[in-house]
Amino acid sequence: MIYLDNSATTKPFPEVMDSFVAVATNYFGNPSSLHELGRKAERLLMQAREQVATLLSVKPNEIIFTSGGTEANNLAIKGVAFQYQKRGKHIITTAIEHPSVIEPCRQLEELGFEVTYLPVNAHGLVEVETLKQALRDDTILVSIMHVNNEVGAIQPIEQIGKLLQRYPKAMFHVDHVQGVTKVPLDMKNAHVDLCTMSAHKFHSLRGAGILYVRNGVRLSPLLAGGGQEWQIRSGTENVAAIVAMAKALRLSMEAYERHSERLWELKERWFEALRNIDGIEIHTPVKYSAPHIIHFSLDGLKSEVFVHELAKQQIFVSTTSACSSKKRAPSKTLLAMGVEPKRAESSIRISLSWENTLEEIPVVVRAMKEAIQKLQGVER
Amino acid sequence: MRYDRILIRYGEMSTKGKNRNRFVVRLKRNIQKKLKAFPNIKIEYMRDRMYILLNGEPHEEIMERLQTVFGIQSFSLAMKCENDIEQIKTTALAAVQQVDGKTFKVSAKRIDKQFPIGSNELNHTLGSHILRNTNHLTVNVHEPDIDVRVEVRKDGTYVTCHDIPGAGGLPVGTSGKAMLMLSGGIDSPVAGYLAMKRGLEIEAVHFFSPPFTSERAKQKVVDLAKKLTRFGGKIRLHIVPFTDIQQTIHQQVPDGYSLISSRRMMLKITDMLRKKYNGLAIVTGESLGQVASQTLESMFVINDVTTTPVLRPLVSMDKTEIIAIAKKIDTLDISILPYEDCCTIFTPSAPKTRPKREKVVHYESFIDLEPLLQAAVANTETIIIDEEFTAEKEFEQLF
Repeated sequence: MIYLDNSATTKPFPEVMDSFVAVATNYFGNPSSLHELGRKAERLLMQAREQVATLLSVKPNEIIFTSGGTEANNLAIKGVAFQYQKRGKHIITTAIEHPSVIEPCRQLEELGFEVTYLPVNAHGLVEVETLKQALRDDTILVSIMHVNNEVGAIQPIEQIGKLLQRYPKAMFHVDHVQGVTKVPLDMKNAHVDLCTMSAHKFHSLRGAGILYVRNGVRLSPLLAGGGQEWQIRSGTENVAAIVAMAKALRLSMEAYERHSERLWELKERWFEALRNIDGIEIHTPVKYSAPHIIHFSLDGLKSEVFVHELAKQQIFVSTTSACSSKKRAPSKTLLAMGVEPKRAESSIRISLSWENTLEEIPVVVRAMKEAIQKLQGVER
Repeated sequence: MRYDRILIRYGEMSTKGKNRNRFVVRLKRNIQKKLKAFPNIKIEYMRDRMYILLNGEPHEEIMERLQTVFGIQSFSLAMKCENDIEQIKTTALAAVQQVDGKTFKVSAKRIDKQFPIGSNELNHTLGSHILRNTNHLTVNVHEPDIDVRVEVRKDGTYVTCHDIPGAGGLPVGTSGKAMLMLSGGIDSPVAGYLAMKRGLEIEAVHFFSPPFTSERAKQKVVDLAKKLTRFGGKIRLHIVPFTDIQQTIHQQVPDGYSLISSRRMMLKITDMLRKKYNGLAIVTGESLGQVASQTLESMFVINDVTTTPVLRPLVSMDKTEIIAIAKKIDTLDISILPYEDCCTIFTPSAPKTRPKREKVVHYESFIDLEPLLQAAVANTETIIIDEEFTAEKEFEQLF
């Protein structure tokens, strides 16, 4: 098997699975329970929070555990919108965000908020100048992803953060789901107020995510109940998944740092190999893109069929982002970048992890060429 | 050319006359312990300052850790070169180029009078050299962004650009040892911090009354002590089993006086521990007038059980000031966790705010507390806590 769909989800580390099983088996107590088992669970939660905070260079009380990236994005966006709506009802985001950012924004539009969707340039990048022009006196939130999940473009978060320093009313949320562990982001330097991360994108399990909430930022909770996570996110804490996530974050950061050079080389070699295939056009920008995402399109071939063809040989790639691919719509990021709809419909994403190797490239390329040949025969 | 050392300036200890050497040696030892994660550094010390030679270790992390070491007035990144004007020019320029800022001034000091160029001329020479070789900098002698300090000393010339304030105070351990009564509230950790700032080494004493107070309350105290180790290195935490004494008092002493009596016993036990571990004082987080046990009358009656100095660093502070320090030293979030502690559980409905010494002595005379006190001291559990301490060894593999 060659797994090239790491932006959809990643394979958990065996050590992370061990932690999950150990915690779920031995420390199943509810962290709010008074007895010893509860105390131990609470302790685990506390230690996980401290470890996550240390790894991200923030404070433990700035970490909110959620059920995943979608919840964290929803909490950040709606939480800010409802909390600060008296200050204004204008939100700025981009045309290339993940659905878990776009859809909450659409919901807010229905509730009377106004949302500006910033365009991107041909490289998939938001221009700071465009943002500057969109900012208004009643802007309360700017939500911009760090690494785009479809093409891997890295947005100029630090420059945006600096610009927003001059707009104290506007909170700055960053969807860091694709970036964390692969493309470093310093929350303090970039003046980020809220930041989303998801466990299963860095070799842990589904069911846990992180929302960084800078001290001083208040959120209106989405889930009301027992008051866990400082009243911001009620619900019994998923201790096993959270401990596993803390461990995975450490292991991933170590792994990606160790393999950083190799991963960049890997991407370079993928670029070279893909450029040599007739009809393929690469959409991932050469500059300002993450080391692990490569997005390209096949000249007119249906990408879905191509994915199935490769899957027959145990090679797993994806069409657009996994969350959008079921809708069979062409990649909205590509459309926003000005790619022709026809081309965008034949787009394929390869996403790597530190476990991928150079040796896989020729194998996949051969399979791709065969698939293209076969499909061209059929479709003509 | 890169910054290769950190210059450390001593605080008030440089005024300590003959004792100075003891202070400096202790500070060096405290810094060494704090920086033991950086094996390549070398510490050089002289009578009025100290240098940490980086030898390739990362200065950012080291400087962050230095901010918690008492006895340091301020510190700066520095470069050293020979007393040669060309070398000094190159060094000063390199030093300026590695920091941010738009304006600068040069403050040269010729301490080695053998050096042929005077301070004023040095200022001028170096200033023009920097101006000529940079394009974003201008001179501002009144409020410069960068103050290029050049000191020509016997052993070489030192250049620094930016001073960072240190924690102040005196090196922990230079003032002797005291026992800190650590409850788990907001005040006592702050008192411990302030005691350490004046150079005291502390051992913490906590009274634990299971099942009336939970494991969580004990955990909280361990966590608080651990926070304090950032400033004081290793801390011994004595956990005193207090249930028997508290119950005995509760049964025998009238309600209004039971709290006062418990406090007296706590102080007595702390004093016994102090003697056992060779301390010379007791530190508490009491502040005047906050609660019933902290009226002057109560303090008088409680304090009556010992002649050992009881230091109360918070006595003159407002609650808001105390909270501000608790935030700064990162103990507040732990302190406000809502677990029952020994102070809250047996609180009588109406404690006497003006207790009489004779009365409490009279009530206590009906019970033989001495064997209970001895037993409490004998059964005290002592935990040695340092910055890496984890109570839950069983969790290690999980993270």
